[in-house]
Amino acid sequence: MTNNPEATPQASPTDPTDDARVRETAAVLDEGSFTRIIEPRSDARLPLGDGTWHQLARAYVWVQIISTGAFTLVVLAVAIGLQLWLDQPWTWIPAGLVLLVCLFSLAITPRQARSYGYQLRRDDLVFRRGILWQRMVAVPYGRMQLIDITHGPLDRGFGIAQLKLVTAAASTGVTIPGLTQKAAENLRDTLVDVAETRRTGL
Amino acid sequence: MSEASAPPAPPADEVRSPLSDGEWHRMHPLTPLLRGGLFLLVVAGIIIANLRERLVEWLLPAFAPEFSEGELPPDPIDYLVSRNLVLIALLAVLGTVVVLLLVFSLSWRFHTFRITDDDVEVRSGVLFRTHRRAPLDRVQGVNLTRPLVARLLGVGKLEVVGAGTDSNVKLEYLSTSNAETIRADILRLASGRRLGGSAAARSGGTRVRQAASAVGAGLTGLVDGDDQGDVEPESVVHIPAGRLIASRLLSGTTLVLIALIAAIVVGSIVGSIWVLFSFVPAVLGFGAYYVRSVTRALRYSIAPMPSGTRITFGLFTTVSETLPPGRVHAVEVRQSIFWRPFGWWSITVNRLSGRSSSDTNADQFTTVLPVGTRADVERVLKLLLPALPDEDWPFVFDQGILGPRADDPYATTPSRARLLRPLSWRRNGYLLTPDALFLRRGFIWRALGIFPLARMQSVGIAQGPIDRMLGVANLTAHVVAGSVTTTVGILERDDALRGFQDAADGIVAASAGDRSHRWASSEPDQTPAGEPLLEPGSAPVDLAAPPADPVAPVAEPVEAPDRTPR
Repeated sequence: MTNNPEATPQASPTDPTDDARVRETAAVLDEGSFTRIIEPRSDARLPLGDGTWHQLARAYVWVQIISTGAFTLVVLAVAIGLQLWLDQPWTWIPAGLVLLVCLFSLAITPRQARSYGYQLRRDDLVFRRGILWQRMVAVPYGRMQLIDITHGPLDRGFGIAQLKLVTAAASTGVTIPGLTQKAAENLRDTLVDVAETRRTGL
Repeated sequence: MSEASAPPAPPADEVRSPLSDGEWHRMHPLTPLLRGGLFLLVVAGIIIANLRERLVEWLLPAFAPEFSEGELPPDPIDYLVSRNLVLIALLAVLGTVVVLLLVFSLSWRFHTFRITDDDVEVRSGVLFRTHRRAPLDRVQGVNLTRPLVARLLGVGKLEVVGAGTDSNVKLEYLSTSNAETIRADILRLASGRRLGGSAAARSGGTRVRQAASAVGAGLTGLVDGDDQGDVEPESVVHIPAGRLIASRLLSGTTLVLIALIAAIVVGSIVGSIWVLFSFVPAVLGFGAYYVRSVTRALRYSIAPMPSGTRITFGLFTTVSETLPPGRVHAVEVRQSIFWRPFGWWSITVNRLSGRSSSDTNADQFTTVLPVGTRADVERVLKLLLPALPDEDWPFVFDQGILGPRADDPYATTPSRARLLRPLSWRRNGYLLTPDALFLRRGFIWRALGIFPLARMQSVGIAQGPIDRMLGVANLTAHVVAGSVTTTVGILERDDALRGFQDAADGIVAASAGDRSHRWASSEPDQTPAGEPLLEPGSAPVDLAAPPADPVAPVAEPVEAPDRTPR
């Protein structure tokens, strides 16, 4: 499986159900990722159902913790600075709120990251996220308009990328935040191939 | 496509007019004037305002105020006359007019359009050139707008609606008959029906030049109009003006107005009299709103056409839009409590309007039926959803909009969760057929959303902590942006999950069998599974044709921007 789209000039549109290819792809997608999706405890949750769920890379948690943590530290530093040099105690009200939110999101990040999952079914991609607020979306391959891969400097340092799937409906909103770069590129190529064979009108 | 033997007399609807022969054509010569019209109006206004006294003196000497010589305020014309500068001043005016005319004619010369087999293209601009090109199989509709001034001059603007934001191709302005012809051509080409080449265009340059000069002259009716069999079709709905006005008065806006008036009156009684002064602007504003919404919806008509649905409306500015089949992404039938005694409904749709999101006129294209009775609604829905099979229609009105009845086929909110939908929980629900998803909502404001699966982009299900406690979930249909509500909340979890799965499968099945992007090319064997955009036959033929053939359509592959996932 090559990761360079230019290097595979219109490889014969492989059926995604093709066993060898699926296994190959799955191996790349699951490299360095979590292995178990965390669900709500209640029985009335949205269940996982059948099929294999692929998950985010473990490195995603570190990226989130570092970026949120850095932001928290900056806010803290500004608030302390204002307190010490300018004697402005009121800054603790907004700063406190921001810090609270940051600490909360830091605390839930490891669990939240394990709640993301995506499934490559025969005709569509199913995406799920969230524990308290669960959300599941099914996007038929033929509906994809384009696939976006972005990675910031921190993401690159940890070798992860974010993959965004765009359809004609803005509300689809499928963004898989923390794939390994290899997985992201592999997934993109697979999706493009499959979309090519199942292309439909708008 | 052999040039030598043009078929003697092909049926009128298979001939393309000389305007869409793949050559560049110009707009109506009044275009720069109409486009720059506002600027000229402002200038004329300033001049007239400054010369008011003088004009009154010339035209209505009886009313001219009596001034003695010394009282007259200083005036540029007096100044010019007294200094003997009249000649120079006249030359300056002449120069300005000549420059203006030059600029106008230049901009007219550079503003051209071309309609080939696959695209519509418009080039404009002298210094900053723009070139816009839209593939025809992505056309979402064609609008012909005629503002009042343009209507008096017999011209209008044609807007080819594309599939993105701000992706419309505007042909403004064209004489009305040309616009009608071009619209018919575009829709026929977009429909995928192969057109016999226009005999006129092929038989030699003279007719082309004739046609070009006809456009240039801009005289309506010079172009042979024998293929305009579609001019004014019979409307399936007639809205009496009284009903329209009453329906506008019986709206939420009126409630706001009454509340506002009450507040002002109370405010002025309690103390501050000055509050009373805000009364006048408020009433003026609301009055203007009512007048605008009524005049916009007057002379409304909706009619079936071979190329889709034709919707025409407007008293002063008339808009006539054509919606090809399969361009309606969601439909909603709504009724507020004020309309219930009269049995009135309104219909809005989600469609790709090709406007940028900041465009304030975008919303006028979402209302398809401003107000209508049940019979009207059924007729309009039949036009908008031609693919909906007969057995689904009972779900629309009897079970849907007016439901629930006995044996309600809709999956609704369970009674344990009725606190979250206290009034509407019996109505609130969804129904999935192989062709469409129906979402029924509301008790006071009744609404039914219909989502053809062949157009739905994706489907979602969501559940929050309270939902989970009650064992319910929310189902969302993802369609292109618009005013239709796409979510139905608080459904039995298992029902919602089943709906989610079945809708996901249904979208795939429905869109595999859907070929409405080329709605008239009805050869299922020719286009395998929604595949190539080109008719398979066309590309090789064009490639084989001698490159010198100037009329042959472009042989390059269709660019389908935003289409291919990257």
